[in-house]
Amino acid sequence: MSHPIKTIPGITKESTEELIAKTLEVYPEKAKKKRAPHLGANDQASGSACVKSNKKTVPGVMSARGCAYAGAKGVVWGPIRDMVHVSHGPVGCGWYSWGTRRNLMTGKLGVDQFAMQFTSDFQEKDIVYGGDKKLKQLLTEAKELFPLAKGISVLSECPVGLIGDDINSAAKQSAKELDLPIIPCNCEGFRGVSQSLGHHISNDTIRDHIIGTREFSEPETPYDISLIGDYNIGGDVWSAKALLEEIGLNVKSVWTGDGELEKIAATHTVKLNLIHCYRSMNYMCKVMEEKFGIPWLEFNFFGPTKIRESLRSIGERFDQTIQDKVEQVIAKYDPIMQAIVDEYRPRLEGKKVMLLVGGLRPRHTIGAYEDLGMECVGSGYEFAHTDDYDRTAPEMPDATVVYDDPSEYEFEKFAHALKPDLIGSGIKEKYVFQKMGIPFRQMHSWDYSGPYHGYQGFSVFARDIDMAVNSPTWKLVESPF
Amino acid sequence: MSAEAAVKYVTETPESEKERVAAWINTEEYKELNFKREALVIAPPHTCQPLGAELVAHAFEGSLPFVHGSQGCASYYRSTLNRHFREPAPAVSDSMTEDGAVFGGQNNLHEGLENAIAIYKPKMVSIFTSCMPEIIGDDLVAFLKNARNKGIIPEGMPVPFANTPSFNGSHIHGYDAMLLSILQTLTEGKKVEGRCTGKINLIPGFDANTGNFREYKRLFAEFGVPATILGDISDVFDVPCDGTYHTYPGGTKLDDAADSINGKATLSVGPYSATKTFAWLKDNYSGKHAAIPMPLGIAKTDEFIKKISELSGKPVPESIKNERGRAVDAMTDSHQYMHGKKFALYGDPDQLLGYVSFLLEMGAIPYHILCSKGSKKVEKEIQALLDSSMYGKGCKIYMGKDLWHMRSLIMTDPVDAMIGDTHGKFACRDAGIPLFRFGFPIFDRVNKHRYPIIGYQGVINMVTEICNKFIDIKDETCEDRFFEMMR
Repeated sequence: MSHPIKTIPGITKESTEELIAKTLEVYPEKAKKKRAPHLGANDQASGSACVKSNKKTVPGVMSARGCAYAGAKGVVWGPIRDMVHVSHGPVGCGWYSWGTRRNLMTGKLGVDQFAMQFTSDFQEKDIVYGGDKKLKQLLTEAKELFPLAKGISVLSECPVGLIGDDINSAAKQSAKELDLPIIPCNCEGFRGVSQSLGHHISNDTIRDHIIGTREFSEPETPYDISLIGDYNIGGDVWSAKALLEEIGLNVKSVWTGDGELEKIAATHTVKLNLIHCYRSMNYMCKVMEEKFGIPWLEFNFFGPTKIRESLRSIGERFDQTIQDKVEQVIAKYDPIMQAIVDEYRPRLEGKKVMLLVGGLRPRHTIGAYEDLGMECVGSGYEFAHTDDYDRTAPEMPDATVVYDDPSEYEFEKFAHALKPDLIGSGIKEKYVFQKMGIPFRQMHSWDYSGPYHGYQGFSVFARDIDMAVNSPTWKLVESPF
Repeated sequence: MSAEAAVKYVTETPESEKERVAAWINTEEYKELNFKREALVIAPPHTCQPLGAELVAHAFEGSLPFVHGSQGCASYYRSTLNRHFREPAPAVSDSMTEDGAVFGGQNNLHEGLENAIAIYKPKMVSIFTSCMPEIIGDDLVAFLKNARNKGIIPEGMPVPFANTPSFNGSHIHGYDAMLLSILQTLTEGKKVEGRCTGKINLIPGFDANTGNFREYKRLFAEFGVPATILGDISDVFDVPCDGTYHTYPGGTKLDDAADSINGKATLSVGPYSATKTFAWLKDNYSGKHAAIPMPLGIAKTDEFIKKISELSGKPVPESIKNERGRAVDAMTDSHQYMHGKKFALYGDPDQLLGYVSFLLEMGAIPYHILCSKGSKKVEKEIQALLDSSMYGKGCKIYMGKDLWHMRSLIMTDPVDAMIGDTHGKFACRDAGIPLFRFGFPIFDRVNKHRYPIIGYQGVINMVTEICNKFIDIKDETCEDRFFEMMR
């Protein structure tokens, strides 16, 4: 696929490289050498990564990264609604990840939905004597107190791996005794370099313990699909699912936002896996392709342009019935989307945005900003791999700055130089830039708004972006005295 | 068994079964089962030590909090502080991973210090640990000595450090450990025989309300008593938005903290979250020492004001007497809205003692009192408070329990309202009662950390918030014929 080369006046390969060099000046030699390959000027035409990625964070710099546990609990396992997810180890990790990723869920808390914090709350004696016995006891207690839970995940925190507990055997025994799926997930935070390994480890546990253990009771149809890599932040899944159903597909399972364990277990019978967050779940798609012959397709439901492209490429995987419906749906929503663009574009045209998010949004949302007339002058990821940056190159304007696992210092310096009108990043960055008077949206959590996925999501996104950029409050920042 | 017979199908839980369980979890029978659990902890209202350590590490001028351990931990602490204060919380970690676990964390620590000092130019680096280095047994004393010898730490730069394992105590203990280390480091060799700064040192303990800190400062100013708050977050987590970003806004001046050892007196108002610090101070600091409860409610504020007067030798100024009068006026004017109302409360020991005292003063009933990390001593102290008032009759204390226990309590033995942090909102929704957010963290309301709840002004703020909510409820729920202009 060829892409027209997008350029931004004033931004050249030289200017970006100079900005990078200047930013790194303050670093000690060793750190400078480590960081330099992670910062680069985009080469849009090449379609390949201009930076190195998935390497250890340089010690002592302010990184936005989390850990493997965060990837496993916050992203993959945590959003499954009908399971008890045990943060196995000290109290903190579970407490910090309790309700903070906004994975909305249906059901009644404590009855058939379990978004509380479950922990084994390790004490010193558990470190000394091991926590396996405690684990077995708490699994029994969880089963007694929450009889409608369809399973239990055991997500191990750092100490569990360091003291050498065998949660796998404890979970296996308890699963048998309690007649319940109990999935041990060795996702200790010190493993790997970021959340990303936690995604991978969790995917492997789904492969080993879950997938293929159930089947749907209703007959298969040619339109059975599953929605992979959507975590229902602010209701994203509900918007995306409605749209897929509107084009005639049966969404049999969702991974994992508002997901149900048994439906996930039966995913191996669907006809196509549609994946939104490639970073967190591409391994699973590959596994299901190899093992069950299920094809998979990446798509992007941010903004009407990308939604339209995605719906058509999804349609191509099916028959004329679906393709016709795709065109009907596009025809139905195009005028509605145009009205949104007509309303907001005049207020946002030419505004610059800088992004730093997790695994898909630094590239997926660019199209949505462009639908609103905005341009992306810098983008980067906390925990992406080379294949993510390959996919980013064609989306980003040429020669703009790409940053992998940037320190807060680098991000600040880039923002100073590029003077964006909006920054889309996470909670740790938000207030830094707002103090600087730069409008900000949290692009991990939609700043407690949402959904942002699908057509329904674009109307919310457009409103939120306009609200951020054009809020009259920014005009008050400069004092009259 | 045939292959077909082995197939397991996706099952749906029948609605009737969901309804049965939904009703069951509100019963006495379920409460009993719930209270029997020994290993599983569900929704505990406390977190781990390093969070508290980071809070106080931010509270000193130019101090960079530095997590020795996994970067994921650092991200979690920072996010939590960001969400509560809606402010930046600049902190670094030395990003220990598998090789750190195998070879120890010295390389990470040294490289991390070199980078952090070069990039973020702190005046002080305050180091605290997360789980990993604690388990592998990293020797921070040796590591830091080596760092000094190698010239990684510039001459004269203070680098306090605290061991804050997450599998021990809670955020309040981490606060205590880090504060102790900061004070030990800064005051070393600063004691001067015969010197007295004339100042009173205040140790506020773990308190994530910037308004409280401003209120302490205002009260000292009313008295005309010079004071040093040891760990002042008021300008750190309540920063003006003026188009510029500063990595280290505010905080206790390092010179003031160093000179605090020569103070006239030292007063701790968060005794349970500064126990070790206070014990050390008593042996090392000049002047008088006193540990009193947080000034929440009238009686405990009285105690605080009297103590300042006593320690400073100055009479209580008229302005503060008037403040007290206004707070009491607010209470007598509005007591009818709280009288006899039952409350459930949970939180850290220092805050709990204050809430109980305040509620009893209003004729309200602190019915279920839950503390997830407390001691026998705390329990006894709360019980003594309850015994001192007829409104404490029948109230019960639950130590070492969590918010899923609390849910059982309020479903089987209902109350009118709850006091605690944001995490209590789920149980409150199920019980149909309001949650008054006076604890930490508060993720879902704005500006709560800017409204003091200590001192007489704090009493007025609490009375206003609680009573007006009860009036709101009446307005929203009463029959039309009882809906009237005046309440």
